[in-house]
Amino acid sequence: MPQTISQKILAKHAGKKEVQPGELINCKVDLVLGNDITAPTAIKEFERIGVKKVFDKKKIYLVPDHFTPAKDIKSAEQVKMMRHFAHKYGIVNFFEIGCMGVEHALLPEMGAIKPGDLVIGADSHTCTYGALGAFSTGVGSTDMAAGMATGEVWFKVPEQLKFIFKGKLPKWVEAKDLILYTIGQIGVDGARYMSMEFTGPVIDKLTVEGRLTMANMAIEAGGKNGIFGVDEKTQKYLHNVRVTRYPLLYSDPDAEYKQVYTWDISKIEPQVSFPHLPSNTKPVSKCSHVKIDQSVIGSCTNGRIEDMRIAAKILKGKKVHPGVRLIILPATQKIELAMIKEGLTEIFIKAGAAVSTPTCGPCLGGHMGILAEGERSIATTNRNFVGRMGHPKSEVYLSNVAVAAASAIAGHIVSPEDL
Amino acid sequence: MKGKAWKFGNNIDTDLIIPARYLNTSDPDELAKYAMLDADPEWVDKMKKGDFIVAGENFGCGSSREHAPIALKAAGVSAVIAKSFARIFYRNAINIGLPIMESPEAAEEIKEGDEVEVDITSGTIKDLTTGQTYKAQPFPKFMQKIIDQGGLINYLKATLKTA
Ligand code: SF4
Repeated sequence: MPQTISQKILAKHAGKKEVQPGELINCKVDLVLGNDITAPTAIKEFERIGVKKVFDKKKIYLVPDHFTPAKDIKSAEQVKMMRHFAHKYGIVNFFEIGCMGVEHALLPEMGAIKPGDLVIGADSHTCTYGALGAFSTGVGSTDMAAGMATGEVWFKVPEQLKFIFKGKLPKWVEAKDLILYTIGQIGVDGARYMSMEFTGPVIDKLTVEGRLTMANMAIEAGGKNGIFGVDEKTQKYLHNVRVTRYPLLYSDPDAEYKQVYTWDISKIEPQVSFPHLPSNTKPVSKCSHVKIDQSVIGSCTNGRIEDMRIAAKILKGKKVHPGVRLIILPATQKIELAMIKEGLTEIFIKAGAAVSTPTCGPCLGGHMGILAEGERSIATTNRNFVGRMGHPKSEVYLSNVAVAAASAIAGHIVSPEDL
Repeated sequence: MKGKAWKFGNNIDTDLIIPARYLNTSDPDELAKYAMLDADPEWVDKMKKGDFIVAGENFGCGSSREHAPIALKAAGVSAVIAKSFARIFYRNAINIGLPIMESPEAAEEIKEGDEVEVDITSGTIKDLTTGQTYKAQPFPKFMQKIIDQGGLINYLKATLKTA
């Protein structure tokens, strides 16, 4: 039977030749990830299982990134618990302040992910790594605990969806807009339980960073995973992060999909998701009446160096609107350093932005930029649920980097074209 | 199990079930205090132990935080009845032993305040106020085993011992 990339990876890890949608399988995992919110619960559950060691000391990644540098005593205790656990079981990949970053930006950057891998992470945006041709999906803390103990996880083989992007990327339209557009079209449960495969001429031209942004938000359509084929761009990216020896995986041309969506994106504008769902998208030209109090550029969706360069291009020599707080969060230390070297940090600070150390911070309403009642933020993050960035009566509008930067200057949501 | 039905809409996300600002702890009783806070700030005080949540499509979408089903379980929710569940929430609920039942008809027809009786093993949902009976989607055998053991950890403990 012809298979998709996702099916091929699942089959291989279940010790099977092929798998069918709906089948329940047990898979070996290549990597288990947890953060400062999910790992503490997983650690408690792990200790309850009663095994003496973890399945593989090198395949567990612990990244405290959500409330770090610890925002309060409770958060500090959570990280302390992770530190002790890592020490007790000899877990090598524990990344703290000084070497940390937002987990989903950090792992690809350090070469932890390779095509064909099966990755589970106790964080819903674990689907990000599909950009590198891995089958990667979010689970809960108990699954993480079981994964750490046994190196295995159960799955129901998902049905397959394919998204073909045709045409030419218009000016100011980024990978982020392609995924927001997709979610706007199919809804927040349009891919519930399913695999999302992204292909087409537009995808071929996209950078790996752009693909990471897209795979990151597969969960926002309810997807189990988002995945891309491996091409020269992927290979070059992997070479740069010193990943060698991996399978080159493609979906068979006659593989079966539950649905295939084909979109010509030549005429789309940058997209903005209105509160309170990522699927509430509108073209940017339809939202200039929206005044903002804050703009956040960062997160596992759009906190990479490529994003920072786009922001700098727009902010160079400009001033942030006096009514707006612009907060810029590089996703990893490496990105932060590159920003300094390339002079981007100086551009941001001169424009009146606050530049932070890597953290999830305001993305989930943790710290470093929480909204008060009635306040509005535009953000390059991935969720705009009620209360996501602070007060339940605050609002988050999701956009690409260029729009978030331009809006910070204008004081209201605007396309960089109209600055 | 018998209790009152509390209705919620479609796409109830995990930030509504337990806001991220309370995730700096993993203590179930602490989490229970904030269950459904951003969907209905008074719900925790109004609901009684044993009550049911009845919701629309895609219940539990959003983050992978297991704190969401944990908070509901600790608050005393007997079961969540919904038209459909988001994938990670579904896994998590089974893994931690929060009963969930998928029944579009029950989720549509049961009204807020109705007395509901549920038999988890047979998957029967009875609306005592209207007299209607519904059947929830049965779980695959393997998942039923996890549920019967009271969650994934107990299941693993049992299987690892016999292995
Ligand atoms: S940056 Fe936001 S979405 Fe990404 S892992 Fe952190 S909290 Fe989650």
